[in-house]
Amino acid sequence: MSDLQTQTLVPQLDTIFPDWVRPDDRAGYQGYIVETEHLLAVAKALRDTYGYDLLSSVTGVDYLPEGKLEVVYHVFRTTGGPIFVYKVQVPRDNPVVPSLVPLYPGAELQEREAYDLLGIRFEGHPDLRRILTWEGFAGHPLRKDWHEPYFEEEAKPYKSRWPEGQVRRAEDLNPFADNVDYPAGFDPESLVPDADDTLYKTLFRVQQAQHPEIKTDAIVVNLGPQHPSTHGVFRMVALLEGEKILDLKPVMGYLHRNHEKIAERNTFLQNMPFTDRLDYIASMSNNFAYALAVEKLMGVQPPERAEYIRVIMAELTRIVSHFIAVGFLLNDLGAFFTPSLYGIKERELIVDIFEMVSGSRMMCNYFRFGGLARDMSPEAVQKTKELVNDRLPRKIDEFDRYLTENEIVRQRCEGVGVLTPEDAIALSATGPVLRASGVPYDVRRAEPYSIYDRFEFDVAYGLHGDIYDRYLVRMEEMRQSVRILKQALRDLPEGPIMTGKPAYQVRVPAGESYGRVEGPKGELGFYLVSNGKPNPWRYHVRAPTFINLTSLAPMSRGGKVADVVAILGSIDIVLGEVDR
Amino acid sequence: MSEQERRTEPYEIPEEMKSQVAVTTLDKIYNWGRSNSVWPMMFGLACCAIEMIATAASRYDFSRFGMEVMRPSPRQADVMIVSGTVTKKMIPTIVRLYNQMPEPKYVIAMGACACGGGPFKEGYTVVSGVDRFIPVDVYIVGCPPTPQSLLNGLITLQKKMEQESIATSRWYSKAPSQPIPIPVLGPDLMDPRKFDLIRQQSAAKKAAQTADGEVENE
Repeated sequence: MSDLQTQTLVPQLDTIFPDWVRPDDRAGYQGYIVETEHLLAVAKALRDTYGYDLLSSVTGVDYLPEGKLEVVYHVFRTTGGPIFVYKVQVPRDNPVVPSLVPLYPGAELQEREAYDLLGIRFEGHPDLRRILTWEGFAGHPLRKDWHEPYFEEEAKPYKSRWPEGQVRRAEDLNPFADNVDYPAGFDPESLVPDADDTLYKTLFRVQQAQHPEIKTDAIVVNLGPQHPSTHGVFRMVALLEGEKILDLKPVMGYLHRNHEKIAERNTFLQNMPFTDRLDYIASMSNNFAYALAVEKLMGVQPPERAEYIRVIMAELTRIVSHFIAVGFLLNDLGAFFTPSLYGIKERELIVDIFEMVSGSRMMCNYFRFGGLARDMSPEAVQKTKELVNDRLPRKIDEFDRYLTENEIVRQRCEGVGVLTPEDAIALSATGPVLRASGVPYDVRRAEPYSIYDRFEFDVAYGLHGDIYDRYLVRMEEMRQSVRILKQALRDLPEGPIMTGKPAYQVRVPAGESYGRVEGPKGELGFYLVSNGKPNPWRYHVRAPTFINLTSLAPMSRGGKVADVVAILGSIDIVLGEVDR
Repeated sequence: MSEQERRTEPYEIPEEMKSQVAVTTLDKIYNWGRSNSVWPMMFGLACCAIEMIATAASRYDFSRFGMEVMRPSPRQADVMIVSGTVTKKMIPTIVRLYNQMPEPKYVIAMGACACGGGPFKEGYTVVSGVDRFIPVDVYIVGCPPTPQSLLNGLITLQKKMEQESIATSRWYSKAPSQPIPIPVLGPDLMDPRKFDLIRQQSAAKKAAQTADGEVENE
């Protein structure tokens, strides 16, 4: 086989490694199951020989009836093409898996998450600590036999909350009448809380490695969780030498609201409004990815008109998100609130359209499996046309005129927070962060979903990988979104908006699926496992900003503390999605 | 006697000053000043924070009500708008921030999550409403509340402030106000005020488990 073929064809892993790999032949499943001890060798071959250079998602599934935990890896090629899945299976009572961090540094935060929520230990991980909960938390919440304090039943819909007309609340079942639960025989006074000691210890290891011969004093500075620059409740712990950053640890979980655990109790449709609250600036994109994942399992296709409206909504969302991202980046640079006001003004006009079509400004809950909740009225179409054809292009140009050549913006952004293309790929960055580093990877182009193959648009990319290029990429993407919107609005057909009858309970056959879209902040993916019941067995969100945060520390090291704020702003995080 | 006459009757105001002097109570003027410069703390938790920012922006513009000065420091803030889901990992920080705010201080619970847990109430790290730990003055429902309802909530707070009196306010009383004990993160969130209950319930749970174990052994 020539090099070109190995780099473009989908490899048949079971013929290449017949002793180590077997195809996953469970009904509805794809990919391969790799022997745990050969995982590193197979992953290395996939990366180096077959060109799967970006590790998109790492997650675990608890197969309680079989007594197994499964770790699922999704990889893709940055040159384009479909996603590739492989898995390892380990026993539940001793789940140890070799860490992929030496091969793909981008796995770091994701493996920590799998350790935290499922208790899978990754051998060789440099810093395996809890990430979304806190040190000392009892248990691993996403295991199927772990019950939350307000546990009522395994799956919704619950039996009546009003047995014989008596109102009953979740609190009434809990001995503390609150959302807490403690291990048996626990004495609160004897507990010594961790109080971030583990975290600081990992930082001081770095300090000692810096100057082993002399004793120097570095200071630890905490930014957040209540800090005006952190875009929500995010915390950065920086180890400083003067103003220089020696090391930085992101600390998250301050908005961990158990999206995945709740979703595994919910029915498939009940999860749709919860996806709105992931990336709450871009709710329509989240709807889109989740609908795609479930539609893949169900094997339904939305009608033409619904596809067009979906694209219109997703692109409007992208414009909102980028306006807010650019506005708040300027906030972080010190232009307090004025540029954001320009962005929010346009956001108001776009959320007006969302309100017209879905009834809500932010939490749209608009997509359904196989279509949409409501049709787009002619007035809404008219209003969108006016906005897209006239106002938005002017306003993007206005933003451009005020900011792009601004002396301060260029001084603060050019050459700061540089991420090389090799690093960006290794760190699993996606979205504008990856594209600004010179890798023109866009899911809309690489693996077109919905009807994106019908539109003409360019993939915006930068060359320098600094904050300024990330800003430029976002500006260009807004222009490209307007371009797509113009075509979609021109071609918008009449017709039904739903395949089949709208139903509260959808029948989802057993199997797994991974639906992904190019969200405004990167590749947003939903990994679902269904066992044929009304509720998903596993529901995992591949949150782009969570994974993009892996590159925060490498970008900040060696820089000044004031630049960290701007670097964080250029990643454009949304905590609802980071912490889920 | 007309309304105007009755109000001014006990005081003799010379004719030439009638258009320049207004007679009012100390409480009224004190509250008038306070309620028209309520400085919120710049403190966003989750989705609701976006709508809070939208309320601050040009279309809704809550500076019309004297609230535009968002303070990042709790020491300078009058009102804390708890805008979003309160998690167990975050509540120690929120209580600490509340303790750091100077009196008189107010709390607005914005959105379903801050009021009572909201859609995420059943989650294992979500606090069922911020009022389990800090006193709340105004609750605003919605998920998320629209900017209009946030404005309505802020105006409700102003009305509440207007009804207060210097004579009875707690922040002018002699005893210093007690800080709220900061919750501790152990195996689960622990409120220091409930340590006894926690110990009792855990002991009872252990007793029940050993009893179960004995039954199984037999």
